[in-house]
Amino acid sequence: MSGVSEAPAPARAPAPPMREGRSLRELFSVRRYGLQMGTVAMALAIWTLFAIGAPQTWVHSWDIYSALMSTVPLTGIIALALTLVVIAGEIDLSFAAVIAVGAWVYIAAGQGVPGLIAGLAAGLGVGLLNGALIVAFGVPSLVLTIGTFFFWDGIVIYGTAGKGSGTSGGFVPELLTQRLLWGRVPAEFVWMIGVAVVLWVVLNRQRFGAHIYLTGDNDQSARMMGVRTGAVKVAIFGLVGLCAAFAGIASTLESNYFWPTVGGQGAILPVVAAVFLGGTSIFGGRGTIFGTFVAAFVLGAIEPGIVSIGWTGLLTQVIYGAVLVGALVMQSLVLRRVKR
Amino acid sequence: MATTADLLELEHVSKSFEGVRALEDVSLTVGANEIVGLLGDNGAGKSTLIKIVTGFHHPDSGTIRWRGERIQHLTVQRARDLGVETVYQERALADQQSLWRNIFMGRERKGRFGLLDVGGMRAETEKLMLEFLRFTSKAVTPESFVGTMSGGERQGVAIARALHFEAELVILDEPTMGLSVSETRKTLDFVRGIKDAGKSCIFIDHNIFNVHEVADRVVVIDRGRLAGEFRPSEMSVHELVEQLRHVAETGTLQGASA
Repeated sequence: MSGVSEAPAPARAPAPPMREGRSLRELFSVRRYGLQMGTVAMALAIWTLFAIGAPQTWVHSWDIYSALMSTVPLTGIIALALTLVVIAGEIDLSFAAVIAVGAWVYIAAGQGVPGLIAGLAAGLGVGLLNGALIVAFGVPSLVLTIGTFFFWDGIVIYGTAGKGSGTSGGFVPELLTQRLLWGRVPAEFVWMIGVAVVLWVVLNRQRFGAHIYLTGDNDQSARMMGVRTGAVKVAIFGLVGLCAAFAGIASTLESNYFWPTVGGQGAILPVVAAVFLGGTSIFGGRGTIFGTFVAAFVLGAIEPGIVSIGWTGLLTQVIYGAVLVGALVMQSLVLRRVKR
Repeated sequence: MATTADLLELEHVSKSFEGVRALEDVSLTVGANEIVGLLGDNGAGKSTLIKIVTGFHHPDSGTIRWRGERIQHLTVQRARDLGVETVYQERALADQQSLWRNIFMGRERKGRFGLLDVGGMRAETEKLMLEFLRFTSKAVTPESFVGTMSGGERQGVAIARALHFEAELVILDEPTMGLSVSETRKTLDFVRGIKDAGKSCIFIDHNIFNVHEVADRVVVIDRGRLAGEFRPSEMSVHELVEQLRHVAETGTLQGASA
């Protein structure tokens, strides 16, 4: 009970005036879009730095963008799906093994469309299993998915005896990795945009999406109000599995060779970092597809950017870390202002 | 057997949590257009009882009837479809979500193309703010986070939500907890409004005076068991206090009409 601060509404308080539509002011409201604006500002700042340092690469040429558009989606598509899991108050680290599971099943099922379907189904299945174990036994997702990461990574290494194999051409490689618009835009980028649009609609314009936010914000409240939070969680873990398998298959087709080590521990942090850099809260209940999308490109651009402006690539991780820490501190400051 | 006049009947309901008895052989009826007050000490089982009615907890044994019809497996969704609206003691709000998302929590409305009718839900929340919530601060919009609101305002949101969706039975679990005197008045007026509208209500409150004031019938539970029931019209509030003291010592009402 907080006596003074609880200004009670008198029974006949003047009613607030009706608001007309959504004004321009609301669109630029720091309260509502502060984090997204911050993410965009960060992206612009980093781009400007690179553009000034290496205009040949960043202003007078399209090559660097073409390259980013083929590499970033491989982590970005997973990060977009993972955003939903983090908004729901959970985390999944096992996707890095599911990348290899999807690619392996694609190869093992004979590639082509049947291979694609089998690979995606395997990823979906592993994801759903994660979700089911978390919901049924109440194991914290962080711990459980570390376990399932090792398990599935191990299965692939055991199953392939560590040996890779080549891929063949055809419809699926065309579908996933061809270059569109006179070779300028890789198909992976189009897929990432597609995934982003679909997930944005799901998150913001579907009942299921509303339930994802509610699940992460307050699981108990949501359940009291009839939200089936367990089902929500199982579904979004399945989604991450599906997207991870897709990324694994695309990555394999991009390099024309299946490595059993595709994905792996090294793939975990860049994906997770994109989610948090994009402003999604580790405590659940808050996050955007837009933020993750931009953040994935910011993180992807750092390494080539550093090299292009003439610094040593050995600095990549230093800058990577500095950008992350700086952005997270800024987010915290923005939120303190918004929440008051 | 069920009489048609009864809206809700719980018969011989028991519930344990990990071996601890929360409710034992409790029966409770709520008549049509009746306000039933529920009294009992902390941990007496009041909240467990209402969470069985709302479908959040499932009883280990006993039956639930709605308008005389036996309900086999009551879920939160089913209870709602029947017309049970609840203001939980915990308020059941999501702090980082907007006001409109809280109002429509768990029953978000769909519009064209199966997409959420965001505009419609915002507009309805705006209307609800004008008619019922009446925030003193003009800065509050349907987009405001519920977590930024005061205790009284949050309580208002929880009540407005229950009020908005036309209910047959409104359950209020400690609705006046933490409220100022004028806010408490408003809440009691709201309970009377439920009665005037021909609906029923289960009203739980620590404040015996509040319960005595609005309830048609008061049911007392003690340590998970039914201790008895009485009509406030037949017992003064001072007698009631005396009775509750007796319940705390013996577990039953003196000469109860149970």
